[in-house]
Amino acid sequence: MAQVRTIFKYEFRNYFRARRFYVLLAIDLLISALLTTVVGYYRPSIFLSSNLTFYSGWWGQFVTFVIILAGVFFGGDAISGEFQNKTGYFIIPNPIRRSSIYVGKWMAAYAASAITVGLFALGAVINGVFYFGASVPSQLWVSILFALLYLAAVMGFTFFFSSLFKTSSISILVTVILFLFVFSLVQTLVATLVGIEPWFILTYGGEIVGNILQVPYPVTNTIPGPGRFSLTTFAVSVPVGLAIISIYFFLTAAAGLFLFERKEFT
Amino acid sequence: MTGPSIEAVNLSKNYERFAAVSNLNLRLEGPKCVGFLGPNGAGKTTTLKIFTHLIKPTSGEAYINGQDITKNVRKALAHAGALIESPEIYPAFTPREALSEIAELRGIPRTERAKRVDEVIAEVRMAEWENKRVGKFSKGMKQRINIAAALLTDPEVILLDEPTTGLDPRGMTEVRDIVKSLKTRNKLIFMSSHLLSEVADVCDEVAMIDHGKLVKYDTLGNVTSQFSRGEGVVDITVSRDIDEVQVTAISAVDGVVSLEKLDPRNVRVRFRGGLDAQEKLLYDLVSKRIGMVSFKGSASALEDAYLNLIEDSR
Repeated sequence: MAQVRTIFKYEFRNYFRARRFYVLLAIDLLISALLTTVVGYYRPSIFLSSNLTFYSGWWGQFVTFVIILAGVFFGGDAISGEFQNKTGYFIIPNPIRRSSIYVGKWMAAYAASAITVGLFALGAVINGVFYFGASVPSQLWVSILFALLYLAAVMGFTFFFSSLFKTSSISILVTVILFLFVFSLVQTLVATLVGIEPWFILTYGGEIVGNILQVPYPVTNTIPGPGRFSLTTFAVSVPVGLAIISIYFFLTAAAGLFLFERKEFT
Repeated sequence: MTGPSIEAVNLSKNYERFAAVSNLNLRLEGPKCVGFLGPNGAGKTTTLKIFTHLIKPTSGEAYINGQDITKNVRKALAHAGALIESPEIYPAFTPREALSEIAELRGIPRTERAKRVDEVIAEVRMAEWENKRVGKFSKGMKQRINIAAALLTDPEVILLDEPTTGLDPRGMTEVRDIVKSLKTRNKLIFMSSHLLSEVADVCDEVAMIDHGKLVKYDTLGNVTSQFSRGEGVVDITVSRDIDEVQVTAISAVDGVVSLEKLDPRNVRVRFRGGLDAQEKLLYDLVSKRIGMVSFKGSASALEDAYLNLIEDSR
């Protein structure tokens, strides 16, 4: 455990000094600044009709994007970078288990990501307090909790792909393509065209982060179309969403660790 | 277990159909420096990577101080320091931070940590740079930090994989001096190199490997004498340019077979006999007052032995 703590401490310090940390913070601030400007100038009713719709529009719509960015920025090459940049040669030939390295790095990446997610939440709350006073809806705190759980699953997933490859750019590219394109494409195809609930897609599980801020909680809806055709919009329930997030977290974390334990510095 | 030891037992590492290491059996024990020689792709780095847990053997065992590296990595590496393939350090870290991380991972108590880091930084002459970020360091500077990391716990066993590769002549000399100083501190040093002169200069014993198989393990003297055809080779440096008078004087010494002028002040002398003959040659040359300032066994003897052994193994 002491070694996990040491790896965490130094990895976190490394993240904190890395340019990517500040790039992500800048993206965070940019999104917050854009939202502040748009809401302040146009005063859209979708944001300003109630404090819940405000947080749903601000936080619920955008935080999953911030989470995925954080996962890719901090987890995308966390393991593959050790091979490609040869930094692993500095740590591995020491009396330390690889599992301690993996867990310590994971915790550091999670902590760095959580800071950026936390800052985004802070931006939402500051604006929310400005428009609606200090009455922050309890659903926001639940949503933040779900976001942190979702972040853990996303980080587990990116670490898995980072363990799968030895080249940083490939592991980052694969995770970006999966999260930003493949998952949403597959989700749309299976849900809309085939009518199957996409319970096997992580981003579908992550929708509970935004759904919890909607009243009433969204439900699966089927719209009959011409002939036998119908269009189904699935809404993930909280238990199903939590189950998807948990299963993704445990499976990808275990699989990533398994791969890292066996991967060779050839 | 009386002293530091390294042992490979039927150690093999296969990559698909290619056997990088094949049934390697080697036991090194006690404080000394053992050079690990072999052509490119012979299996030197693969063997050292197995000993440092960077790769796993296909079969066989690798022990450090009696601890199996694959079964108990923490115990096996607890008393071993290693430098494999010029590791990189996070560019945002300073040498002090990088070494402090290793010190913490290796369980050096907090009260001793800073002192120990100071000592190894001083040993590799990086005190001036200890708080500068590694990102802008030269390869030689990084290599010195890597050596410092290997020495942090003052380990009994030190594994070095071509530690002078990529360094400029000054850097190479500094690294060799560090290795030589370690020899005086009762360490078992296992050092791979493709520089025969380096091994001849630093090591007491040599293990030669080719195609993943051990072809020879013996003392440097025994290995060179086995292939010397009853002859020895020494390199001599004199204080002024060698003239014909000196050449004649050296050639006239009893036992000298041939003399090769390497440059105006250096000659290579081939002589008949072993160590006794070398001792007599030294005495005779000193008494001739030819201005000799250096007299040392030549790496060419090891080179002869190496080429013979590697040729035989093919």
